[in-house]
Amino acid sequence: MELVLIIIAAALVNNFVLVQFLGLCPFMGASRRVEGAVGMALATGLVLTTASGLAYLVDRLLLIPLELEYLRLIGFILVIGAAVQLTELLIRRLSPMLHRVLGLYIPLIASNCAVLGVALLNSTASRSLVAALFYGAGAALGFGLVLAMLAGLRERLERADVPKPFRGHAIAFVTAGIMSLAFLGFTGFARL
Amino acid sequence: MLTAVTLLTGLSLALASALIAASRLLPGRDDDAVAQVERALPRIQCAQCGFPGCRPYAEAIVAGRADINRCPPGGDSTIRALAEMLGRDPRPLDPSLGGASMDRVARIDEALCIGCNLCARACPVDAIVGIPQTMHTVLARYCTGCELCLPPCPVDCIELVPRHA
Repeated sequence: MELVLIIIAAALVNNFVLVQFLGLCPFMGASRRVEGAVGMALATGLVLTTASGLAYLVDRLLLIPLELEYLRLIGFILVIGAAVQLTELLIRRLSPMLHRVLGLYIPLIASNCAVLGVALLNSTASRSLVAALFYGAGAALGFGLVLAMLAGLRERLERADVPKPFRGHAIAFVTAGIMSLAFLGFTGFARL
Repeated sequence: MLTAVTLLTGLSLALASALIAASRLLPGRDDDAVAQVERALPRIQCAQCGFPGCRPYAEAIVAGRADINRCPPGGDSTIRALAEMLGRDPRPLDPSLGGASMDRVARIDEALCIGCNLCARACPVDAIVGIPQTMHTVLARYCTGCELCLPPCPVDCIELVPRHA
């Protein structure tokens, strides 16, 4: 039950993009088309889950016993970089067409502050391994959800009669802001 | 200090080894989409698809500019392989390409052949046998009906006949 709450909290209540304002770069960059957005969300999801699990293990088994907590930042970046490389390898081998669409964005996941954010929040909140993995999965779910939503909205906005100064990224940011207001309605459902 | 350096070095080496192992163990190759599509084509560069070779055709397929049913020598098996690879629907060969030209083969009229060997050099699948100054003939089994031998012949002795006549 606690695990379900973790997923809901990470995905909706404390949504990483709309509530905590992390991971905005891929959020705006990969939300032009729904197809690319879904692929990007899956890739980020894969990286988030593996990276949060690996980072947790590195933290618990190496950094804390050896009293090297100050190495968290650089250690987690190492782990995230490796997770991103692994994800790119998997995508390149299993689906070359998806690699063609996403190829440019996958290395950018390494600098996605939401991924590092999840890893750091897991370590400061002292969860169990399973809870940490669920937190990562929930964050990925929330990220993918809002990315797909914004992509759908942006595809519609391209056909809409937007005033000239607002066309392109400006109206996309305004839309994202309104989505963020909507997500504030989830406040208080779960406490993390 | 020393533990920190050792830890980070060890962690980097461990992660790098894991990535190398994954790279070796996972199936598939590291080509991009165009190279994978090209490997599914017969690669005889006959230009029947309307592109100057199999690689340009592969690039056009991946870019979405060309359909997957334009390769007569590849036939249905190529169309199905491409459909599976790209997630599109298989369809019959494009009829505007001359209507199943695999059904026709080239035939040299031996009375007119002067043994100039130009047709044999033009054939992308080496279906014409003959050395210069000797009679040339087409091996129907290998001929794909691509018609690349017709323009070079100076005496116009090659014609296309139905394969199973």
